[in-house]
Amino acid sequence: MTKRFGSVVALAGVDLDVEQGEFFGLLGPNGAGKTTLISALAGLVHLDSGQIEITGHDVVRDYRQARRQLGVVPQELVFDPFFSVRETLNFQCGYFGIGQSRERDAWIDEILENLDLTSKANANMRSLSGGMKRRVLVAQALVHRPPVIVLDEPTAGVDVELRQTLWQFIRRLNRDGHTVVLTTHYLEEAESLCSRIAMLKAGRVVALDTTASLLKRFSAHALRLRLAPGAELPPALSQRAEIKDSVCSIAFDHFAEIEPLLAELRNSGCGLNELDIGKPDLEEVFVRVMHERGETR
Amino acid sequence: MTGFSTLLYKEVLRFWKVGFQTVAAPVITALLYLLIFSHVLEAHVKVYENVTYTAFLIPGLVMMSVLQNAFANSSSSLIQSKVTGSIIFVLLPPISYQAFYLAYVLAAVLRGLSVGVGVLLATLWFAPLDCREPLWIIAFAFLGGGILGSLGMIAGIWADKFDQLAAFQNFIIMPLTFLSGVFYSIHSLPPFWQRVSHWNPIFYMIDGFRYGFFGISDVSPWMSLCIVAVCFALLSALTLVMLKRGYKLRA
Repeated sequence: MTKRFGSVVALAGVDLDVEQGEFFGLLGPNGAGKTTLISALAGLVHLDSGQIEITGHDVVRDYRQARRQLGVVPQELVFDPFFSVRETLNFQCGYFGIGQSRERDAWIDEILENLDLTSKANANMRSLSGGMKRRVLVAQALVHRPPVIVLDEPTAGVDVELRQTLWQFIRRLNRDGHTVVLTTHYLEEAESLCSRIAMLKAGRVVALDTTASLLKRFSAHALRLRLAPGAELPPALSQRAEIKDSVCSIAFDHFAEIEPLLAELRNSGCGLNELDIGKPDLEEVFVRVMHERGETR
Repeated sequence: MTGFSTLLYKEVLRFWKVGFQTVAAPVITALLYLLIFSHVLEAHVKVYENVTYTAFLIPGLVMMSVLQNAFANSSSSLIQSKVTGSIIFVLLPPISYQAFYLAYVLAAVLRGLSVGVGVLLATLWFAPLDCREPLWIIAFAFLGGGILGSLGMIAGIWADKFDQLAAFQNFIIMPLTFLSGVFYSIHSLPPFWQRVSHWNPIFYMIDGFRYGFFGISDVSPWMSLCIVAVCFALLSALTLVMLKRGYKLRA
């Protein structure tokens, strides 16, 4: 897929497959092309070249079927100020061809309950807080029970309570077979939720793998030390250590390596003020990938 | 079909919920025009035999209200949802561009007709009004509303900001409606301005609509019907092409 906006290249040849039932993460810095990719998926952006299929339906040629498969939670906090929450959800059902029925009402009630919106069902959209409006956006994306759910930074600027409620519900939907595509700047969320991750930079995929493999390849456990004043690491360890903000990190692959490391520190007489063990994390992977892959392009 | 009917219902509910502003206010405005113009001109102007100036004025005001409000409905709905971003709620679902067009235009026509009926009911007290050819009245009201509803869609899609839409409304729609023979017969104009008026499609909408009430008009109602129908077809086609291509709606 390629897409330009004037002289800006938003997508410079992205080629991706998301498997059915996956919880897929799309990460990248601002301007990497994530939202353009999602907009192309949703038919809001026409590609310059390439094509997209959702469950086998081309988003241009077979756009009506493709859009039925897709529920998108947009990044912007948008709402129609004329209507209540329930009216908004009823309209969204109707737009997707779902007529008034008991089943429809029951599903809307279930969504409202799961997103803790029941008490606000008849409130006007204007009267809701930012977090509540975000919940309604999620509800709108789910009313037609789409097999594929796309969440474009759904937790940007929202409180912990909503995040927990939201992820609990989305995890359940994923377990029930819904494919989920998530973009977020909260990397710990992506790490705990996504089974596979693509990292985008300047409109290109710079890393694509399972979360576990990415963590293994680009991050490791590390022994983190804050040295006592005047202390120095023994030469063998200082070669392996990375020093940042006066914290020395020594990476290791197996926990069995810890004891020899500590023995070496003890033997050298190096004084320590603090010691802890850091886990591999996606933030480190992200920083490394963006740094390394960005330069080699 | 459910997508179309839901979008139509939503668009109607949108203006109905603020009916004081979208229906009652234009009725009051038209009533004020009638009071002022009929008070000043009733004794001085006679356009058709056996038709008082006030009676002549009422169908013109009704049709002008239909047209202006049909334009206001589709244009304001689109620009508001574009500016606030809520337009995506109707762009993401599998609604065909034809259904999208029909829903917005029909809602615009219904708003125009609601105001038109309101103006008619409010002004009936002022002069006896014939209703010689009701089918012509209905045909011109629907076609005129459809034309201005389409034009409102074009303006709403084209405009990026509220002031661009206001310019479209104030520099195109208002002059065309005011200079279309709402307040006078074009036979009272000098020949040059008569010829200019014949290039104004809204003149034919007003003249044809008025024919339905009095059975008299400045030009043949058939000619007016043909011109109005062609305008409707052209503007519908243009709007449909814009929607199909996603002009300013899908990047």
